[in-house]
Amino acid sequence: MRPFTYQRAGSVAEAVKAVGSRDDAMFLAGGTNLLDLMKLQIETPAHIVDIQDTGLDKIEKTKDGGLRIGALVSNTALSADERVRKDYPVLTRAIQAGASGQLRNKATTGGNLLQRTRCSYFYDTNMACNKRDPGSGCAALQGYSRQLAVIGSSDKCIATYPGDMAVGMRVLDAVVETMKADGSTRSIALADFHRLPGDHPEQDNVLETGELITAVWLPKPPGGRHFYHKVRDRASYAFALVSVAAVIQDDGSGRVAFGGVAPKPWRVEAADAALGQGAKAVIARAFADARPTEENRFKIALAERALAGVLAEARNA
Amino acid sequence: MSSRAQTPAKASPPPTMPVSFTVNGKKADLKLDTRTTLLDALREHLKLTGTKKGCDHGQCGACTVIVNGERINSCLSLAMQHQGDEVTTIEGLGMPDDLHPMQAAFVKHDGYQCGYCTPGQICSAVSVLKEIEANIPSHVTGDLTSRMRPTNMEMRERMSGNICRCGAYSNIADAMAEVAGGKA
Repeated sequence: MRPFTYQRAGSVAEAVKAVGSRDDAMFLAGGTNLLDLMKLQIETPAHIVDIQDTGLDKIEKTKDGGLRIGALVSNTALSADERVRKDYPVLTRAIQAGASGQLRNKATTGGNLLQRTRCSYFYDTNMACNKRDPGSGCAALQGYSRQLAVIGSSDKCIATYPGDMAVGMRVLDAVVETMKADGSTRSIALADFHRLPGDHPEQDNVLETGELITAVWLPKPPGGRHFYHKVRDRASYAFALVSVAAVIQDDGSGRVAFGGVAPKPWRVEAADAALGQGAKAVIARAFADARPTEENRFKIALAERALAGVLAEARNA
Repeated sequence: MSSRAQTPAKASPPPTMPVSFTVNGKKADLKLDTRTTLLDALREHLKLTGTKKGCDHGQCGACTVIVNGERINSCLSLAMQHQGDEVTTIEGLGMPDDLHPMQAAFVKHDGYQCGYCTPGQICSAVSVLKEIEANIPSHVTGDLTSRMRPTNMEMRERMSGNICRCGAYSNIADAMAEVAGGKA
């Protein structure tokens, strides 16, 4: 780890000012991803601003019948919240499908949205990686790509967004609330929060320097039946090869998002509209622009089968 | 970020800071390099070597300790993050002449072979039973609105963050089942 100075911010305003006033500072929430990356010197902040004392650890009801989830609410606390279990079970299921008990106790709502890719070429500092070292190339393109993206990627980067929670939030039409370094706030639809790599894979999301996630808003409960099916190489504590988050209504309509396949939670509204026609029709639309490698082409068939399983379960319930 | 990685190290000594927390009921006042993890603070500075360093990246669970009643990976936490916290390590759960029921159950059921992962396994196991009691759901929970029960499947899923290279898993599950009241 490279040396850094450490500061505990007493308020959100203090935190964004502290990080925004220099170009080598980072926020620290749970730290489960950041410290890992700092040990490997993939992240090398010279100043750390710990935000644990900023009071962002509450889940509140909103005026329109939804929930406002503070950025510091832990994965465990969010998944166990009675309102989430009852009204947004896809979110509880998604969170509990990820990581381990120890990590979920520490990982936060805001931090989890910012989890960086688990592409092994990003993690291996001896390898070329445009996300870690812009302009150095992408060793994954000609490398082992079985785990990597089949859609939304570019010829600069085929890394996936690795998380589960955000995939559940994507079918719930979540909105990310932030505060910028100058104290102004904004709301970003989760759909627009994570970036596709294009020519700048080093930018995972649309946050500006010093901009902090303060909360995630969920609209009022969507009703229907909720599913999160995750397919992975072992039954627990592994990243998704493919995951399917779905909310299915009694009439067969609904919403579906996919994890493990793209640089962001992957949802195509035209594919939602095909839910009544079955998994094949949905996949044809959701993955119409797929650019898989020979090694990860199987993910598209796997997504179709995972979704078919969800739809069968929804019908039989 | 990577451009920062290539900046030559400054000659000034790495920053240090004071931090105080409670470990197994005893106050610890330390002055540490800010980079020190909770794990290294426990092992290298407080000489509590029961907590083990395995992967040092949150993948194996050997470093699991209980902070403010919740289990965490102490390798993925800076000591500085724990100002004022209450930390419980394997030494705080019980010592050879006064074993915690989970420690006794691990001995009885042969819940280890080499023993390296065991402190983390036991800290996790104690917390898992508390999490079930607190009605926190898991990946294998059927009905999210029903009371959680300490079934074999629930305990196996919840222990997946603790790797045992010797493969003592089934005996660990037996030990946990005994402490949970034989409900598994």
